[in-house]
Amino acid sequence: MDTPSSFQTDSLIAEDIDAYLDQHQHKSLLRFITCGSVDDGKSTLIGRLLYDSKMIFEDQLAALESDSKRHGTQGEEIDFALLVDGLAAEREQGITIDVAYRFFTTEKRKFIVADTPGHEQYTRNMVTGASTADLAVILIDARKGVLQQTRRHSYLVHLLGIRHVVLAVNKMDLVGYDQSTFEHIVADYRTFAKSIGIADFTAIPISGFKGDNITTAPSANTPWYDGPALIEHLETVEVDAAAAQEQPFRMPVQWVNRPNLDFRGFAGQIASGTVRPGDAVRIVPSGKTSTVKTIVAVPSGGFAGKTDGFDAELDEAVAGQSVTLTLADEVDCSRGDLIAAAGDPPQASDQFRATLVWMDEEALKPGRGYWLKLGTQMVTATIQPPEYEIDVNSLEHLAAKTLGLNGIGVAEFATDRAIAFEPYAVNRQLGGFILIDKFTNATIAAGMIEFSLRRADNVHWQPTAITRDDHAGMKNQTPRVLWFTGLSGSGKSTIANEVEKQLFLMNRHTFLLDGDNVRHGLNRDLGFTEADRIENIRRVGEVSKLMADAGLIVLTAFISPFRAERRMVRDMLPDGEFIEIFVDTPLEVAEGRDVKGLYKKAREGKLKNFTGIDSPYEAPENPEIRVNTVDMTPEEAARYIIQQILPLK
Amino acid sequence: MRSLTHLERLEAESIHIFREVVAEAENPVMLYSVGKDSSVMLHLARKAFYPAPPPFPMLHVASGWDFGDLLAHRDRTVREYGLKLIIAENEDAEAQGINPFDTGSALYSQAQLTDPLKRALTAHGFDAAFGGGRRDEEKARAKERIFSFRNAAHRWDPKNQRPELWNLYNAKKAKGESIRVFPISNWTELDIWQYIALENIDIVPLYFSKPRPTVERDGMILVVDDERFRLEEGEEPVTRSVRFRTLGCYPLTGATESDATEMNHIIQEMLLATGSERQGRAIDKGQSASMEDKKQEGYF
Repeated sequence: MDTPSSFQTDSLIAEDIDAYLDQHQHKSLLRFITCGSVDDGKSTLIGRLLYDSKMIFEDQLAALESDSKRHGTQGEEIDFALLVDGLAAEREQGITIDVAYRFFTTEKRKFIVADTPGHEQYTRNMVTGASTADLAVILIDARKGVLQQTRRHSYLVHLLGIRHVVLAVNKMDLVGYDQSTFEHIVADYRTFAKSIGIADFTAIPISGFKGDNITTAPSANTPWYDGPALIEHLETVEVDAAAAQEQPFRMPVQWVNRPNLDFRGFAGQIASGTVRPGDAVRIVPSGKTSTVKTIVAVPSGGFAGKTDGFDAELDEAVAGQSVTLTLADEVDCSRGDLIAAAGDPPQASDQFRATLVWMDEEALKPGRGYWLKLGTQMVTATIQPPEYEIDVNSLEHLAAKTLGLNGIGVAEFATDRAIAFEPYAVNRQLGGFILIDKFTNATIAAGMIEFSLRRADNVHWQPTAITRDDHAGMKNQTPRVLWFTGLSGSGKSTIANEVEKQLFLMNRHTFLLDGDNVRHGLNRDLGFTEADRIENIRRVGEVSKLMADAGLIVLTAFISPFRAERRMVRDMLPDGEFIEIFVDTPLEVAEGRDVKGLYKKAREGKLKNFTGIDSPYEAPENPEIRVNTVDMTPEEAARYIIQQILPLK
Repeated sequence: MRSLTHLERLEAESIHIFREVVAEAENPVMLYSVGKDSSVMLHLARKAFYPAPPPFPMLHVASGWDFGDLLAHRDRTVREYGLKLIIAENEDAEAQGINPFDTGSALYSQAQLTDPLKRALTAHGFDAAFGGGRRDEEKARAKERIFSFRNAAHRWDPKNQRPELWNLYNAKKAKGESIRVFPISNWTELDIWQYIALENIDIVPLYFSKPRPTVERDGMILVVDDERFRLEEGEEPVTRSVRFRTLGCYPLTGATESDATEMNHIIQEMLLATGSERQGRAIDKGQSASMEDKKQEGYF
C-alpha cells in the first residue's frame, strides 16, 4: 500500500509535539455517512480508514487478528469489517444492524462516520445517521453496478438534505481495475442522480480491501484515474456548518438562566446566522422585540486558576455555538421560544406540510395527538391521512391511508399552538422534527417541513371581554367535563343521564353530549374506522371545551376506546377540569344486556370495528372515578359520582 | 465568517446536551468518577450554566479502593467549585469479604460499582444521570445513543433504542424509568486531552509521571497506594516513574512507565502508544463482548 501522506505522521508527533497539537487544535470537523449493503464492503472500508489513520491500537489489532480467524470472511487475512461490527449478536450474523459512530483524524480534519446498514427494513437507521451528516459516501460493488438499493440510499441521502455525495465504486480489484467498468457505472448513476435532484457528486474508484485510492491517488492500479483519493476529498470538501452563518440569526431558547435577581439569560445553541451585542431581536412566536445586551460564554481557559474574574462576554457568536444571551428589556421569553433577527424572523404557523419517515412498529394514526419536538418546542400535533406514500425502490407515489414502519410519505400537520420553523431545505435544525408517542414515549417518526399551509398570525385569537371565569362565576359553579367511558352497553348514557338529573335538581348548569345523538348531527359524516373514531372524539372534545369555557358542567357519554384520545381531551382543558369516569362493566355483562342488539350483529360479522369484539378497548389506567355497574344501580352510581365531584365551586 | 474548530463544535454539542437534560428531566445527577473524562464533563457543565453553578449534584461511586490522590482531588474540586457531592459505596464489602485481591473481577465490579450506583440512583430518585462514556472507547459504546434509556431495574436494551436525529433528544419517560446521558459521546481520547490542555483543566496528578512505589504482577505495573495493598510472597515494592492513562481501583489499574510530567508529553505518549486506554483495566478482560454484558446489567 502507498504511504499515507495525509494521515497523522508519527514523526511530527515524536519530533515536535507542540507543532502537532497546534495543528490538531485548528482542525475542522466533518460528519459523514457511509451507505451500502453488507456485500459492498462498507465495514471493510471503514475498518480500513481507522486502520490507515492509526486509530487501531495493538491490543485491538491482536483481538482483530484472532477474531478474523474465527469469524472472518477473508481467510487468513485481516477482516477489517470485524473492527466495526459491534454488538455480539451481530458478530455472529456477520452483519451490521444499527447506527454506529466511528472516529478518525487526519492532519486536516477530524471525522465522525455514521455507519448504517443497507437492508431495506433499516431505513430508520440510515435516516438517523444521515440527519447529522454533511456528506454521504455511497458504496457500489464494481461487479454489480447501480442496484435498487443504490437508488434507495441516494434518495434517502437527498431527502435528508445532504449536499455532498461521493460515489465510491468499490472492489475495483475484483474487476481488474477496469476503467470502462468504472465509467459505465458512473454514467448510469449520473442519469439516476439527476432524476431525483442530486445535482453533483464525486465518483472515486476504490478497493477498501486492498487500499487503492483511499489515501493517495491515483493508485498504481488505476493510472487512468485523475481525481482525488477518498481521504483527500473528505479533507477538502466544504463543511455545511459554515453556510449556516450566512443565514439570518435564529436561536431556540433551551433554558432560562436565572441565578440571581440581577441576571436573566437565555441559553441556547445558535441555529443560524451571527449575533452581536446591540442587535435588534424578535421573540417568536410572541413577536415581542428587544436588543441583545450581552453574549455570555466562558472563553477558552476562562476557568483556569479557578477565579471567576474573567471576561465572559463575547463580541460576536456564530451558528453552531452554545451561548447565553441577555436582552436589554424585560420581555417574556422561555424554553420553546426562538430569538431571531428582528427584521427577518422565521415564520410561525400551526399548520404545515411535511415529509414523514415512520420509525415505529405501530403505524401512523391520522387524527391522533402525538408530541412533536422541533428545536426546543414541544407541542401536540395531529396528522391528516398522507397525501401519498413514496415507494423507496421505484420512487413512485402511492395512495396511502397510513404509514407503517420505514414508510415515507407526505402529509399535512396541525399543531395545538403555533411553532416557529424554517423549511427543512433552508435549515435542517429548524425544519426537522421528531414525533413521540404519548403513551410509549418512543420516538416514532422523523419529519421534514416543506412549507407552512397558512400563516397562523392570520387567525387571531379574539380576546373576549367576558372571560371564562366570569361565565363560571355568574353560574356560581366550577366548570367540569365529566367524561364517561366504557364498552357499548356498559351503562354510560344511563348513568350520565342520572347524574345530570341530580345536578339539575341541585341548580347546576349542565349539558349532556351523548354519543348516539352527536352522530346524528355534528359528526354524521364520520364512520367507525379508527381514524373516524379519533376525529369523533376530537370534535366532541372541542365542543366540551367551548361549553366548559361558557361555565357549564359538561357530561359526555362516548365509548372513547383509545387512551390517546381521552388524553388529548384532558390536555385541552385546564388542570383538574377533566374528570374521567370509567364505567367498568365486564364484556360478558355488557354483551348480555345488548340493549341495541349490536353485539349480536358484531358477533355475526354484520358490524365491523365493534369495540370489544374486533376493535380494542383501552381501559383507563388511573381514572378519577370508577363505577362498577354490576354491584351498583344507575342511581347509586350517579350519587357516588356526585359525592366524588363535590364541591362544585 | 468564522469556521468553528472540531473542539468548538464538540464543546457546543456537549453544552447543548447538558442544557436539554436540565430543561427536561426532573432530578438529574452527574456521575463524577474524578478521572479526566469526568473533569472535562464538569468543565463543560460549568460552562453550560455559567454564571449559575451546575444545577445538579455530583455522584461518586467509591469502591473503597480508590487512589488517595483521587479522593483528595475530588474533595478539593467539590469545595472550590461549591458543588454538591453524593458518595455511593458498598458499606458491607468487608463483611461480604469482597476485595480486589480475592474477588473475581465480574463479582467485584458488580458489588463495588454497579450495585452501589443503582442503589444510589434509586434512593435519590434521579431520573437522569450524566456519564462520561465515549463512543471511541469500546465497540459496545459505539452504538449507544446519547440519551440511553434504562428500565426501572436500570437495565439497557440495545435492541430497543430510540432513534436520535439532528440535535433532537427525546427525554420523555415513564415513572421509574431513567436516562443515562453521555454528553461527550463524540469526543475521542485525543480530543479529551487536547481540551484539557487548551482549557487548562485541573486533573488528578496521577495522570502525570512521578516516582511511585510499584510492583509488577501479571504483566501490569501496580502502584502500592496504601498499606492495604497485599504483597505476594517475594514481592518488594520498587520505585518507578509511572503514570496512569485511565483511573480505576488502584489494585486493578495498570500504570505505565513514563517520564511525562507535562501535558504535551502525556498527549505525545498517548498518540505514540500501541495499546488502547482500556488495556490497563483488568475489568474489561474476558470475552470481548463483556462491556456489552455489563452495560445490560446497569454498568455505565
